[in-house]
Order: sequence, then C-alpha cells, then structure tokens
Amino acid sequence: MEYLKLVILALVALFAAIAADWGRDLAYSVHAVIVTFVAGGLFLWELRRMDLPRTAHDPSAYLDGPIRASVIATAFWGIAGFLVGTFIAFQLAFPELNFDWSEGYANFGRLRPLHTSAVIFAFGGNALIGTSLYVVQRTSGARLWGGNAAWFVFWGYQLFIVLAATGYLLGSTQSKEYAEPEWYVDIWLTIVWLVYLAVFLGTILKRREPHIYVANWFFLAFIVTVAMLHVVNNLSIPVSIWGSKSVQVFAGVQDAMTQWWYGHNAVGFFLTAGFLGMMYYFVPKQAGRPIYSYKLSIIHFWALIFLYIWAGPHHLHYTALPDWASTLGMVFSIMLWMPSWGGMINGLMTLEGAWDKIRTDPIIRMFVASLAFYGMSTFEGPMMSIRAVNSLSHYTDWTIGHVHSGALGWNGLITFACLYFLTPRLWGRAQMHSMAAINLHFWLATVGIVFYAASMWVTGIMEGLMWREVDANGFLVNSFADTVAAKFPMYVVRGLGGVLYLTGALVMVWNMWMTIRAPQSRPATALVPAE
Amino acid sequence: MSERRIDPVTGTETTGHQWDGIEELNNPLPRWWLWTFYATVAFSLVYVVLYPAIPLLRTATGGVLGWSTRGDVAQKIAAANAGQAEMRELLVSTDLAMLDRDDALSSFASNAGAAVFRTNCSQCHGSGAAGAVGYPNLLDDVWLWGGTIDDIAYTVRHGIRNEDDPDARWSEMPAFGQILEDEEIATLVAHVQSLPGGQDPLAGPGGELFDMNCSACHGTDATGDRTIGAPNLTDAIWLYDNSTERLTDLISNGPFGVMPAWGMRLSEAEVRAVAAYVHGLGGGEAPEAPAPDAGDMPE
Repeated sequence: MEYLKLVILALVALFAAIAADWGRDLAYSVHAVIVTFVAGGLFLWELRRMDLPRTAHDPSAYLDGPIRASVIATAFWGIAGFLVGTFIAFQLAFPELNFDWSEGYANFGRLRPLHTSAVIFAFGGNALIGTSLYVVQRTSGARLWGGNAAWFVFWGYQLFIVLAATGYLLGSTQSKEYAEPEWYVDIWLTIVWLVYLAVFLGTILKRREPHIYVANWFFLAFIVTVAMLHVVNNLSIPVSIWGSKSVQVFAGVQDAMTQWWYGHNAVGFFLTAGFLGMMYYFVPKQAGRPIYSYKLSIIHFWALIFLYIWAGPHHLHYTALPDWASTLGMVFSIMLWMPSWGGMINGLMTLEGAWDKIRTDPIIRMFVASLAFYGMSTFEGPMMSIRAVNSLSHYTDWTIGHVHSGALGWNGLITFACLYFLTPRLWGRAQMHSMAAINLHFWLATVGIVFYAASMWVTGIMEGLMWREVDANGFLVNSFADTVAAKFPMYVVRGLGGVLYLTGALVMVWNMWMTIRAPQSRPATALVPAE
Repeated sequence: MSERRIDPVTGTETTGHQWDGIEELNNPLPRWWLWTFYATVAFSLVYVVLYPAIPLLRTATGGVLGWSTRGDVAQKIAAANAGQAEMRELLVSTDLAMLDRDDALSSFASNAGAAVFRTNCSQCHGSGAAGAVGYPNLLDDVWLWGGTIDDIAYTVRHGIRNEDDPDARWSEMPAFGQILEDEEIATLVAHVQSLPGGQDPLAGPGGELFDMNCSACHGTDATGDRTIGAPNLTDAIWLYDNSTERLTDLISNGPFGVMPAWGMRLSEAEVRAVAAYVHGLGGGEAPEAPAPDAGDMPE
C-alpha cells in the first residue's frame, strides 16, 4: 500500500513537471509547478517515514484533526476573502485602485471571482467540511469512516482553492459564475468531493444511533447535490491536455440555463442546505434546548429539496430563455418561501424557554441574528424572482445587496458562531478567551451588514429607476455614466461596511488565537456512546 | 432508547430520539406557515394557467392571458413610436437649417437627440459632451469638420475615417517619424507648442520645417482647414494635449481618430435629432447663406 502511494505520487510529480514545461499558457504552467511541488513533497515525506512505526488510531475517539484544520482554514480564508471583497468594493468607488502596475492580475475583473470563490468555497466550504465532519461523528456516535481519508479531503480541498485562486489571477477561467475554475481543477475537485461523500456517508452507515439526525439529512443533500451540479455544469472538452482552456459542451441559452441551474443551487444547496445542517446541530447545542418541531424539520427539508432545484430560471428573466421556463422558475421560487422559512422557524423557536440567552450569550445572539438575516433574504429572493420586480432589480446593485445580506448575515454570522462553539471544544479549553470580544465582533459585523445591505438597496433601486426614466416625449433621461456617477456615495458606504465586517473577523481571529494558546483545561472530546 | 418525555419548560412532548444530547419536540407544523405555503402553491397554480408555463413536445402552453415578454416589449415600443410618429416624420421632412423656426419641433429634436447621445455618443464624448483625450469637446465653438447643423449631421451620418461608409470624412496625417529626423521633430514640437502664444508660424528653423511639412494642410497661418479636418494649431485647444511627449508621438506616428458611420445604425430621424442636440450644446454655427439642401453637404 505504501509503495503504491509512493509510485502514484512519483508519477504525478513527473507528469506535472512535464506539463509545466509543455504548458501552453501561464496559468497551466504555474499550476503544474504547484502540483509538482505538492506531489514531490509528499513523495519525500512518505519516503522518510517509510520505516517509522505507524501510530495506531484509537477507534473509540473522534477524528478531530481535520476538523481543527478546517476551523483554522475557515478563519484564514475568511480573512482573505473579506479583505479582497473590501478592496474591490473600494475599486468600484475609486477606479484608481485598479493600478497600472497590476493590470491584468489585480484589476477588478480578476479579483471579483477571487473574492466570490474565496468567501463561498474557501471560507464557506471549509466551514461546511469542518462542521459536517464534526456533527456527523457526534450525532452518529461513530468515528469518521475511511481512516485518514478526511485528511485527504481537507488538504485536497485546500489544493483546489489554491489552484482556483491562482488561476483567476492568471486569467484561467471558464467565465461561468461560481464555476470559474478550468477543467483539470474541476476534475480534482470532483475526486476530493467524492471522497468527502464517502467519508460522510460511511460514517452515517456505521452510526450507532437508530435514526439519522436532521442536520445530517441537510449535509448529505448538500454534498450529493453539489456533486451533481458541479459535474453537469462543468462538462467541457479541453482544447489540449497541456493547456487550461476548455470548451463547454452546452451552447447559447442551454449553457446559460445550465449555468444558472448550477448557480442558483450552489446558493440553495451549498449556502442554504449545508448551512441549515450547521444550524440544526449548533443552535440546539448552544441553547441547550430541544429542536422545536420534528414534523416541521421533515416537511421543510423535503419541500426545500424538491422546490429549490427548479428555481434557477429566475436568474434569466427577460433573456433568450423561453417565457415558460422563466414562469416556472418564478413560481417555484415563490413556493420556496415557506420551505425556506421552516428552517428559520425551527431555529428561532428552539430558543423557546431560553430567550434570555440572547441577552446573556453573544454566541446565541449571533445565531439569532444569522437566522433573522436568513429569513430576510429568503423572503427577498422569492420577491425578486417575480418578473415585475425583477424587471426593476435585475442587473442592479439590489442583487448584490440581496446576496450579501444572505452571505454576510446568514452564512457569515452562523459560521462565526460555530467557530466560537468549536474552538474551545476542539482544543480542550473551557471557553473562548474573551466573551467581550465576541460581543464586539457581533456588533461590528451586524453594523457592517446593515451598511452594506442598506447602501446596495438604495443604489440598486435608484439605478433601476434611473435606467428606465423617460421624459415627456418618451426619451431616456439618463446615460449609463450618469447612473454610475450617482452611485458613488453609496459605494463608499458599502466599502465602509466591508471594513467593519473585516475588522470584526480580525477580532475573532485574535480571540481564537488567544483561546488556542491558553492552557488545556479539559480533555479532548471522547466518543459519546449511543444510547 | 426511544423514550418520549414531556419537556418541562414548554410542556411539549419530545419525539424520544436523542443525538449527542439533542432532543426534538413533537410540535405540529405552525398553522400560519402551512396556510401561507398553501397560498403560494395556489398562487403558482393560477399563475401557471395565466402565463406561458408548461412545456409540451414542440411548444409550450401560452397562458390564458396570451402574454409574452417579446409581445410585451414590442407593444410598448410600438406605443412609444406611435406617440412620436408625427414629430419624427416632421423632423425628417424639415430642412435642418430651418429647424429653429419651429419651437415644438426643435425642442422634440433636442430631447430625442439627447437620448440618442447618451446611449450612443457618451462613451467617447462623455455624458456631458465635454470630450476626452482624442475625442473632441462638443461644447465649445471649435469644429474640426464644420459646425453648422448640416456639417454635424454629415459627420454623424457618415462618420470619420471608418471603413464602412465610402462617404466618411477622411484625411490622414502622415507619420513624420519616417520622414523627418528626431531632432527635426523635436524642433517642430517646440514650434507647435509656441503657436498659441502668438509665434509666427513661419519664423525660425521650426517655421521652416512647418512651412515645408505642415502648412499644406494646417495652412501657412496654422489655423487649419475644415475641409480636411486639419485642426487650428493657434487656438490653444488641443484634441489630445500639448505635452512634448504627446506631440512627439502624434507627429512621429500620425493621429488617426475614427468615428463610426451612425447613419448605418440610427434612423434618419435619430441622426437629425442628435445633430440638432449637438448643434444646440453651445458652439453650433449658423448656416451659410443660402442654406444648403438638407442631408449631405459637400465638403
């Protein structure tokens, strides 16, 4: 087995070295060099420990190493993603920040996908991988399946992030939103993701609880659906095995529809279903209360899963997409409103009997705020999917505001709260170093989100109205440049919101650092026997 | 293992399951939640009947209302066009030089032209028409190719130095980098820079070079020639700028500013309207008497 591993690593390193030399474009060659170093380094590392005795795993303990790593990676990529986001927000307000010397690498067009992928896939993805592997062990009463496969998932996913991020800067992109990485990065992610699915499913299969906990339904739906979405939307044929460019198998409106079927369900299954999985474990744990309604969790789970997958066409209202598809996208989005809110109700009502904790526990306050933002953006989404509303909101900053009230409010805050929950437990500390700092983080983040969302609502509706404004004779009143100029003050406010949010995250990182550095005060968690 | 109990805080029964200490209450679905969900489903069913929705083998249901996005926009455009049709026809049939005698028509033309300008012209000339480096300012009274309303209409209709329209305004300044020595170009640059200050265009070694190489187009008095779009070099208004670097580049390589032939993209009424708008921005010149025919004006 060890020899096989060595042979594979050596072959990969050799192939990547050849590819680096023969690469037809810079991004491909740089990626090949990265892969050469990773595979070569692993080869040497494996070789040096060939003779060392392998440490046996304690099968009665949880495998928490990859989760600790995910927690650190979540914080790290979060800071990176927020930093890039804040920078590009100011690039929009002050175009001089698109420096001449960095043209072609760090201008807005290259940095925007870096920001979106960093926050969704690097920050959100690591949070999901870490929490799902934590939750599935605890709620199954079982150690992760597959030995060190979870470590492969963690490091494999980080390699995907590095390849994607460097690819954007060097101009390697499929030009599909949230699916920018080129073919070989997609293939690598598929491999990593299937191993992730195996680890998760294997752990569920060997659970020692009679039932599968609701959080795991959501995590499983997230992992399975994202795999399907990722594979279908990235179907493409490489121009050359020695180059990054590929050609999509879909064309025209079929390509657009596939892309937004993917894009919408990336929101639905990555940022909604997956994060609801986090909510269903960490909210009742932190509140010390039972889940409000088992029935609601079943009904809203299946309704959400069934309805979400059809809602994608609302991204393509008033395009070449046929009207019938656009209608169906709209009505499925409207029907999605209550199934989405089911998660919010179950989360908030779980606090019944523990409402006082909103006042005393800043972590609970973060969970509650994130559920409130979740409820707000899952109402706003169906509303914006209505054709008449969409004709005003589409292509405006309103969409950006909507996305960020969901991403910063729901995904961001719940992730921060989970990190605050996990850090002391994973490192065996009594509690976070500073509760006051969590409180400060809560307020910085919340005010930052309000700045961001409010400014984008104002500027989005303003530019939508300016675009359609006509004079008495029916002639357009504003030029596009007029609408851009009118948005400037709101762009500055948005950037300041980003600064506040980033500052809050930096406070969190300091708090986590101080917690991890503190002396251990309780034993690392042992396997909880099933009842 | 599966023991239902009553949660003491809420008095609700649990489902008896437990995972890592988490229990579930056996609360029913909230009524308002369920009924709102039903309401959205009912709304959707009605909407699907009213609007195009169900895909069939070769087509899709059209909906009871007979509504479509394309039909909707076509209807709105037709209604807008119908409202403007009378003025539009009047604009096309009126001699542009006589436009200012009809207040209603000239106001219509100016508003229509402003809309055309914002959509098609502002990208280069700026939304306020103040121009940019290489793109003339349309607010002042300096015109490269003529500033009467008919001159402007001709420029808009046929464009400048484009390959699409054989009637495009055309001239080409040679790349003197291939003709003159570097020192000669440097002398010329300094000379051109001094012209707005009142320097005699033909004086000194710069004047000698100017006379031999430039005066054929820009004139011996350096005031330019509108028939070939040669700028006046004495007015301190620069299409690019008067830095040594820029002028050296322009003289060495020759400028070649291009404007599309908008007559191929805009309607006749739109061309006339935008000419009226630009003419009215401040620098428009009165027609030479007698007023030439509407439409193409000989250079």
